[in-house]
Amino acid sequence: MHADPKGVLTGTHFIDGDHAACEGALAAGCRFVAGYPITPSTEVVERFAQRIPLVGGVFIQMEDEIASSIAILGAAWAGKKVMTVTSGPGLSLMMEHVGLAAITETPCVIVDVQRGGPSTGLPTLPAQADMMQVKWGSHGDYEPIAICPNSPQECFDLMIKAFNLAEQYRVPVFFMMDEVVGHMTERVVIPPADAINVVERRWTTKKPGEYKPYETGDDLVPDMVKAGDGYRIHITGLTHDERGYPAMNPVTQDKLIRRLTNKILDNREDLVDVREDGVQGADVVVVSFGITSRVAAAAVESARRQGAKVGHLRLVIAWPFPATRIRELAGGVKAFVVPELNLGQMTLEVERAVAGRTKVIGITHAGGTVHEPEVIEAKIMEAAR
Amino acid sequence: MSDDLIRGAAATDVDLSGVDNGYEAENPVMPYLRQDRIPHIWCPGCGIGTSVNCLARALTDSELDLDQVAIVSGIGCTGRVAGYMNLDSFHTTHGRPIPFATGLKLANPNLKVIVYSGDGDLFAIGGNHFVHAARRNMDLMVVCINNFTYGMTGGQVAPTTPLGPTQTTMPYGNFENSFNLPFLADACGAVYVARWTVYHVKQLAKAMLEGLKKKGFVFIEAMSPCPTLYSRRNRLGDGVDQLKYYKEKSTIKNGADTKEVALGFQSEIVVGKFVDRERPTWLDSMNDHFATVLGERYARYGVTNGQN
Amino acid sequence: MSEEQAVKRGKGTVFVRLEICKGCSFCIDFCPTHCLEFSREFNAKGYHFPVLSQPADCTGCDLCGLYCPDFAIFGARFKDLEKRRQAAQAEPLIPAQV
Repeated sequence: MHADPKGVLTGTHFIDGDHAACEGALAAGCRFVAGYPITPSTEVVERFAQRIPLVGGVFIQMEDEIASSIAILGAAWAGKKVMTVTSGPGLSLMMEHVGLAAITETPCVIVDVQRGGPSTGLPTLPAQADMMQVKWGSHGDYEPIAICPNSPQECFDLMIKAFNLAEQYRVPVFFMMDEVVGHMTERVVIPPADAINVVERRWTTKKPGEYKPYETGDDLVPDMVKAGDGYRIHITGLTHDERGYPAMNPVTQDKLIRRLTNKILDNREDLVDVREDGVQGADVVVVSFGITSRVAAAAVESARRQGAKVGHLRLVIAWPFPATRIRELAGGVKAFVVPELNLGQMTLEVERAVAGRTKVIGITHAGGTVHEPEVIEAKIMEAAR
Repeated sequence: MSDDLIRGAAATDVDLSGVDNGYEAENPVMPYLRQDRIPHIWCPGCGIGTSVNCLARALTDSELDLDQVAIVSGIGCTGRVAGYMNLDSFHTTHGRPIPFATGLKLANPNLKVIVYSGDGDLFAIGGNHFVHAARRNMDLMVVCINNFTYGMTGGQVAPTTPLGPTQTTMPYGNFENSFNLPFLADACGAVYVARWTVYHVKQLAKAMLEGLKKKGFVFIEAMSPCPTLYSRRNRLGDGVDQLKYYKEKSTIKNGADTKEVALGFQSEIVVGKFVDRERPTWLDSMNDHFATVLGERYARYGVTNGQN
Repeated sequence: MSEEQAVKRGKGTVFVRLEICKGCSFCIDFCPTHCLEFSREFNAKGYHFPVLSQPADCTGCDLCGLYCPDFAIFGARFKDLEKRRQAAQAEPLIPAQV
């Protein structure tokens, strides 16, 4: 389905990642945002606040991130495509509602413009240290989707994908930017609305009385309804049966939680989005994501000029993690090199997929700025020997 | 409903052969309940169910389209109300029904959104959200069943527990000051503030009816017994004994200054409608303001069924 | 039955769902005409439930129904029951089932 032209600012722009992310959301059909100011994400909602009155929708600055993260769920159940925006500390506050979104299967996009942590940390400086938080931050078992743009253009393009995946799978989708991607200004081309493909919510065709909120077919994703359409739904954060009624027993728990996780895990091959450059036949593969991928690309170029056979695998979707692809490559490489602006979060996932078959060399960084390309290049050359 | 479960008219000579659905069709509260979930979990003598009868009566008298009424609860005994109501109902996280309801209402302004939750949920963990929603004059009706305790978790002290009684986390008696809820609601800007008890069933139903018709942030406090915990631990008898206390010690003072309606342990109770004023809602303010500053370019939000 | 038929009827009556009553006594204590009292029998959960001990005094005001926290009792006026029976014969009652 084509995007609604009211939200599409077709043209060539020179804007930063935060602004581009806002435009991506509007183009995707987002018409309700509840947010709270937090550096370096605030510009996303500031732009949304300015744009939405003339597009048609609502922005409300709530009293905190906890309120923001549940206000969007309420708005989703009234039928809107929704988003909230924050950084690390705010995401920590939102965690309980990530779980609520997961168990109630409420589609939503949560933007995390990552910054140095833990706690107040480095408000104005980048990091990539929330990668495990988005995967495991809420209590219980659930499978989020996490997308990592590395440029303002991708902040626009991939935001559309984020909303589409949220609607398709009825999960919270995390948009993992960082302070550099959010604040770097680059050319962003926004196409005409009819060139943008948006996925609409799958409304039920069943009548009230026939419809059960959590009954599914083979794809394990239930059809949705909205409040006000006469379905008299009951939606609860308690473990529930197909009618949505609380059913707190181990049998229902097993059925529900496995379905919620399997709706992602059974489709993990469809959810692979990696960008590969020279990976086939490489001796060393650099695995990177977000802003670090820009630095890593320079390091890879440099290493190739010195004769190294090095490939670059960039995670665009970091969760679910593309373990199958890593495993496929593990047999043929001397090492994976994993630079990231944290102390080894995604390195753990690469190690897990590799399962000891080859070396995994993490290049950690506590955050605050991006890696020096020379540091990455040096590790590549060392690994290639 | 099988005959051996119902008694009543059999004691007289009325012919009920035509009212075959009997109980379900006749009891005015039944259409409002998810009958496949009755009996409910509340204790004998708990006043939550009584307050639900009042809500049912208010909804009937309001003549609202029930498909457009949504109810949002938090966590706790009162939080279970959403689960029993035959409306679009949402059982959210502890303390957060108000911001959820805010999102629901703003995304579809045609909905009539009721928040129904307990004193701990709304005023401890949820206090910040209450304050801001009242300040903004969000168009919501908030009903607080105040049983002065955290019932579901076993009877801990709540921000409404008066000085004196024992609770599990105040085992030597409560030494913390409590909220005067109508005063708080009034101070934050609520446009309708009332307190009743579940003894005052007619007045409570009427207050809920007025609340449903009112635009803006409505707050109704309904005092209720918690026979299993608050009453038992403090030797206050059972539910009906608490209702008798409400009956004896309540004074109706409509228009009272909310500063003066604080409660003490088994003290005098001031009930009534304290605040009933007009203020523009958040959405009206938004629309009016954008129409003024953006002129003709701005299309008022929420006019076309909230689907923009 | 014949003894009860000899009792004068009031303006209304009550219906009680015996098995869900929890014996809280709200209806008995707050009935304005004091026409309810606890039964001698008890239900499967061990609770005594209300019975209409003074049927002549029941006005069908449904205050008992408004009080009942368990939705186990309601009152109705005979006039209204008759009206509904006649309407039901013209049109079937719609079940209030979810």
